[in-house]
Amino acid sequence: MTTKPEMTASEIASAVAGGKMSALDATEAALARIKQHDSVLNAFTDVTAERARAKARAIDADIAAGKRVGPLAGVPFAVKNLFDVAGLSTRAGSKINRDLAPAKRDATLIERMEAAGAVLVGALNMGEYAYDFTGENVHDGPSRNPHDTTRMTGGSSGGSGSAVGGALVPIALGSDTNGSIRVPSSFCGIFGLKPTYGRLSRARSFPFVASLDHLGPFARSVTDLALAYDVMQGPDADDAACTTRGLEPTLPLLANPVSDLRIAIAGGHFQKNVFPEAVEAVSRVAKALGTTKVVDVPEASRARAAAYVITTTEGASLHLDRLRKRPNDFDPAVRDRLIAGAMVPAPLVDRAQKFRRWYRAQLVEIFKSVDVLLAPATPCTAPKLGQMNFNLDGVELPVRANIGIHTQPISFIGLPVVAVPVPLEPLPIGVQIICAPWREDIALRVAHALEKMGVVAAPAPRGI
Amino acid sequence: MAESLDDYIDAVSRALALPVEEAWRPAVRANLEVSLRLARLVDEFALPDETEPAPIFTA
Repeated sequence: MTTKPEMTASEIASAVAGGKMSALDATEAALARIKQHDSVLNAFTDVTAERARAKARAIDADIAAGKRVGPLAGVPFAVKNLFDVAGLSTRAGSKINRDLAPAKRDATLIERMEAAGAVLVGALNMGEYAYDFTGENVHDGPSRNPHDTTRMTGGSSGGSGSAVGGALVPIALGSDTNGSIRVPSSFCGIFGLKPTYGRLSRARSFPFVASLDHLGPFARSVTDLALAYDVMQGPDADDAACTTRGLEPTLPLLANPVSDLRIAIAGGHFQKNVFPEAVEAVSRVAKALGTTKVVDVPEASRARAAAYVITTTEGASLHLDRLRKRPNDFDPAVRDRLIAGAMVPAPLVDRAQKFRRWYRAQLVEIFKSVDVLLAPATPCTAPKLGQMNFNLDGVELPVRANIGIHTQPISFIGLPVVAVPVPLEPLPIGVQIICAPWREDIALRVAHALEKMGVVAAPAPRGI
Repeated sequence: MAESLDDYIDAVSRALALPVEEAWRPAVRANLEVSLRLARLVDEFALPDETEPAPIFTA
């Protein structure tokens, strides 16, 4: 069996487990595709070829010996370079962190993916210290959009979006503090899951904003997203915020009907500041799901403001010593934002955290009468690399700060979201499927139904 | 506004031993203006005295 670039993870795993393809062949195919396209996409900062080959050979040996292999046997994957990878310095998109000693142990989520048979093939480009929505990086160059390489991938998990959107790997892992999984998913036309805050362990990943950081997977199909998510679940004493809830597998529930779900379109803030393509994408998804109901999410703009304040101040606190000692080694734009963050008076930060409690209560109330909220993932399709401004609702606004206006009020209170790609022409754009805390299963089920209806899909990369 | 914010930037820069070179000042000021504008949006929202902060959010 020969490999095809757009084979899904479940197809690869099935072929490998069934003896139709070796894990080594699947790995070599991914490495060859990375070699062929990454000089353009710039998705990878490290390719761990020898490690990957050794892992693949071990899986093939297990299969030859008749041993049972995991549900991701032979599936190549890659991780945003803020995940610890044993033997690499965890650069987190920065110049400064390259001086760190190489990590001694993989991040928990890498360990869990590999325990399920997946094969790590490398680490991925990202915005410096994850304080970014563009996928641009002054040290490593921008990751490029696989549908139009003159455009942004979105960030900060830009390499993750590029690698999966470009079908270099079927699965990537990234982080999402304010939208950094959902934004690249939208711009690169792929599926992304930002789970409930605390669901997946962040152990041995480089932090940004402790009270907002989430990790999660990207994939080209909902089944692959659920596969990866399921194997990564579970408590972890090495992450203080990680839940002690038991495993709640979603894969067996994916095909359940969605007709019993109460689905609504998020109103107010989520219907403002959007380009026509974002309106069209939400409209297509809502129509397919048979809903016209609009539910206002109160004070979502203020929630976005509070998320901004918490982000800039907690981020500043994290980097304070580096800002003192090595200010010239930062991306100047990141440095200047962080310095300003260090100067926000403490009472304003405390009020943002108190507002968070209030806002959470409003959403908990909404989810008593609704199971799913739909909202744009981004206000527009991928802007041009280097683009500084766009015109939103008649107002000229900076691109970087406004890409995440629809994602920030959701991650602010840790709700689970699947970003689904609507394959508009000429560029795809994402819609957020938002659910109550711990109901990733519902978000994935709705995404799967939309995929089966043909409303959402990861388009083949056309820019490479 | 710009001048008073510059005084504030100088004071906090000294208090935190955080360098702000002159070349960076316009960008730092612009970012601080955005942060304070957004913080004011939150500040002006009345909350009961009993409201607990949610520093580590549990969904």
